[in-house]
Amino acid sequence: MSQKVLLNAKEVNIILHRLACQLIEKHNDFSNTVLIGLQPRGVFLADRLAKILKEDYKVKNIKLGHLDITFFRDDFRRGEKTLEANTTKINFLVEDKNIVFIDDVLHTGRSIRAALTAIQSFGRPNEIELLTLIDRRFSRHLPIQPNYRGRQVDVINNEKVKVNWKERDNEDSVYLIEK
Amino acid sequence: MSELSVNHLLGIKYLNKKDIQLIFETADHFKEVINRPIKKVPSLRDITIANLFFENSTRTKLSFELAEKRLSADVINFSSAQSSVKKGETLIDTVNNILSMKVDMVVMRHPNPGAGVFLSKHVKASIINAGDGAHEHPTQALLDSYSIREKLGEVAGKKVVIVGDILHSRVALSNIFALQLQGAQVMVCGPKTLIPKYIDKLGVKVETNLNKALNWCDVANMLRVQNERMDISYFPSTREYTQQFGVNRELLDSLDKEITIMHPGPINRGVEITSDVADSKQSIILDQVQNGVAIRMAVIYLLASKIKQ
Repeated sequence: MSQKVLLNAKEVNIILHRLACQLIEKHNDFSNTVLIGLQPRGVFLADRLAKILKEDYKVKNIKLGHLDITFFRDDFRRGEKTLEANTTKINFLVEDKNIVFIDDVLHTGRSIRAALTAIQSFGRPNEIELLTLIDRRFSRHLPIQPNYRGRQVDVINNEKVKVNWKERDNEDSVYLIEK
Repeated sequence: MSELSVNHLLGIKYLNKKDIQLIFETADHFKEVINRPIKKVPSLRDITIANLFFENSTRTKLSFELAEKRLSADVINFSSAQSSVKKGETLIDTVNNILSMKVDMVVMRHPNPGAGVFLSKHVKASIINAGDGAHEHPTQALLDSYSIREKLGEVAGKKVVIVGDILHSRVALSNIFALQLQGAQVMVCGPKTLIPKYIDKLGVKVETNLNKALNWCDVANMLRVQNERMDISYFPSTREYTQQFGVNRELLDSLDKEITIMHPGPINRGVEITSDVADSKQSIILDQVQNGVAIRMAVIYLLASKIKQ
């Protein structure tokens, strides 16, 4: 198994700030916007972006939620393993809100499809956008594209993109791992 | 990633500690789901479940049906009163006929102990036991433990007394297994005639004085006197039963601690428990009912994910 660094801590940091600025450009004061991190891995990115927006760009009233899509996935009973759920933490209604889904890697687009269905349980949003740190080009199974992307990469099938976060893996980095 | 160690839920006896933990963690997520504005998830779209009730039930049947529908499963209901069972059809034939309509899972209540185990050996479907005679009622025990965990933080180390008709109760047996598996201490309390002779072999304490039992416990699970299962008289009169084994406010106030009151329902108000106790803050009876849906969703979800496509 070999691995290659796609992004180091410094590059991740620069990209996060750029993404934060792009969000501000579109959403101004975030008064009608909610950020939704997708479980299990998108929540680290969402939390970090919310922190940058609050602390570095002084945006108040950031609404942040975590959405688990397990029960909405389309591969239930298709694999060997039982799909295990994570916590959903959305203590507001999303009726008429502008939602930004946040996930670390966009691959087939199936998780995003599930998230689009799952979020309907919390109301009818005005608009949904997608932000991903890594966009794996040419790998989509569904017509889904990000509105904000950190880095676009070309990855072949036996390779995997692994995003590490300081909070959990002790460093911010993105690796390309050959399986 | 973990999964259940069993393919059917026939009794708590067949589960291990990890299974119970997995069911509880999954139920936590479903409890969040059923408190959403839209309470439904599409996981079990391609699963069909038959609810076979060969014995009366309101709460359990509704709870299972709601759990199944919240998971988007297709549901068919059957109760023996209006069926060909009356015409002499055997259990295996009845169930196989239903299964040939492409049913994946069977939830069954049956008056005979072991009916679920018997069925699981003869038909190809996941079986959930919703009560078999005076034997087991696993989902009730799971939701009872889950409610204790929710109220008191954990089940391990807690003292639970089961009061009433232990002899005819499937809830009691399943609860004893479930509580002991999770490290709780269990006592049974009731008239001597309604306590099975060798129950102490299961490692439970036996007490015939309600006051002593309540002073010992953290949680009291009050059972209903099952008149419909009594072929002979086990105590002189309902009034005398209430005097000795009924819980009222006065009795609870005389204890030096606040205990939690549970009841699997249906309640005979004024017999095993008075209205002011049933409706008090100490009682978690309605939480049990709400948790019942989440627990059953978890059990169905986890078993369904083991059904091969």
